[in-house]
Amino acid sequence: MLTISNISCVRGHKPLFAPVSFSLLDGQALHLEGDNGVGKTSLLRIICGLSPADSGEVLWNGVALNRQHPEVVEAFRASLCYVGHNLSLKDELTPIENLLFDAQVTGHSLSREKGMDALRKMGLNNRTHLPLRVLSQGQKRRTALARLSVTDAKLWVLDEPFVALDPQSLDYLRAILANHVQQGGLLLFSSHQLVELSQPNGHAMDVRPIRLVAA
Amino acid sequence: MIWQAFWAVVQRDLLLAWRRKSEGLSAVFFFVVVAALFPLGIGPELNVLRNIAPGVLWVGALLSSMLALQRLFDADYRDGTLEQMALSPVAMPLLIGAKMLAHWLVSGLPLVLLAPVLGLQFDLSGDALGTLTLALLVGTPILSLVGGVGAALTLGVRGGGVLLSLLVLPLFVPVLVFGAGAVEAQVSGLGVQAHLSILMAMLLPAVFFGPLASAFALRIALE
Repeated sequence: MLTISNISCVRGHKPLFAPVSFSLLDGQALHLEGDNGVGKTSLLRIICGLSPADSGEVLWNGVALNRQHPEVVEAFRASLCYVGHNLSLKDELTPIENLLFDAQVTGHSLSREKGMDALRKMGLNNRTHLPLRVLSQGQKRRTALARLSVTDAKLWVLDEPFVALDPQSLDYLRAILANHVQQGGLLLFSSHQLVELSQPNGHAMDVRPIRLVAA
Repeated sequence: MIWQAFWAVVQRDLLLAWRRKSEGLSAVFFFVVVAALFPLGIGPELNVLRNIAPGVLWVGALLSSMLALQRLFDADYRDGTLEQMALSPVAMPLLIGAKMLAHWLVSGLPLVLLAPVLGLQFDLSGDALGTLTLALLVGTPILSLVGGVGAALTLGVRGGGVLLSLLVLPLFVPVLVFGAGAVEAQVSGLGVQAHLSILMAMLLPAVFFGPLASAFALRIALE
């Protein structure tokens, strides 16, 4: 369970958004909405622990993520998969190399076959041997999102995951997001689009919206 | 899991260096050219050359490693790889240590291997060449480790390159003094052990504190 309690963020002496609180239980999805520049990315980075909050705290399974609880922070990081605006991909490496190195650096083990399979599902089957710099923006994003289908992380934090994707990959991404939530995972994403996650049986999945408002 | 992550970072950085060969080679060529210009400029006076050799080669190695340092974290910072490292359950100093090791293998080790060849132009004796290589072998990792802290501190700062030089070059002075001193001691017949021991004594804390301090500075840069 992820709990956000009264988080606020100050940039350049001005508060960015009104203090925000919510909690996310296992098997729940949460859609973070808000105008451009209201601080969606900042909030997601605070939740991941990349930047400090100016007030409030983030709790993982009821324990605050801070210096007093290093073992909880480590457990939180082990169960976190964050895909931000910077895709953390190397232009000189091929998609499969990117995927394998990324898994190892973040402490997961991944076999080449499983990685190739994930890329194939993302529609990159005939691009896996090319360096990333010759791929299009959308294909790069698909490579980054292929991480989701190989990770065993419980909490997915995705910053604008639907940007630059074509309809097929969008459908596929929605399916893996729904699948993750259905298996008890936690999903937190920001998006400007109204995105419906559909379950395998065709029913729309319950996605709770949270709106960030400027302070 | 921890060492798997460590070696994965080393492997990735080596592979990246291999794919962007020109970047790594330019710093090495810089060292070769600097070391080759001095004998040409000074002329064939063997006594002078022998005296200036250790200093010239060490200063060349220092400047060449400065060139390579600016790129240590830059690409990872821009493409978000550092964020993923900061979020990894593996301790960040370990991953940064892996980056520094890869950086030394690419930018420091070639200097160590080239130094004896370049030393021949200065008419250094076999023993002096051996000492020079040994001193560089112990000294260049210090440059990567201490320089890495500077590179982490100046990450994302405009005009960071100049700032990095101002920050780091003074810290390299002890390495220069004892590194070049080792070769001079060998040439003048004194023992080299004291100099090498002091270099080693500088390397050990650098190995411990360098990655720790860099990881700390990088977390601040990521905020």
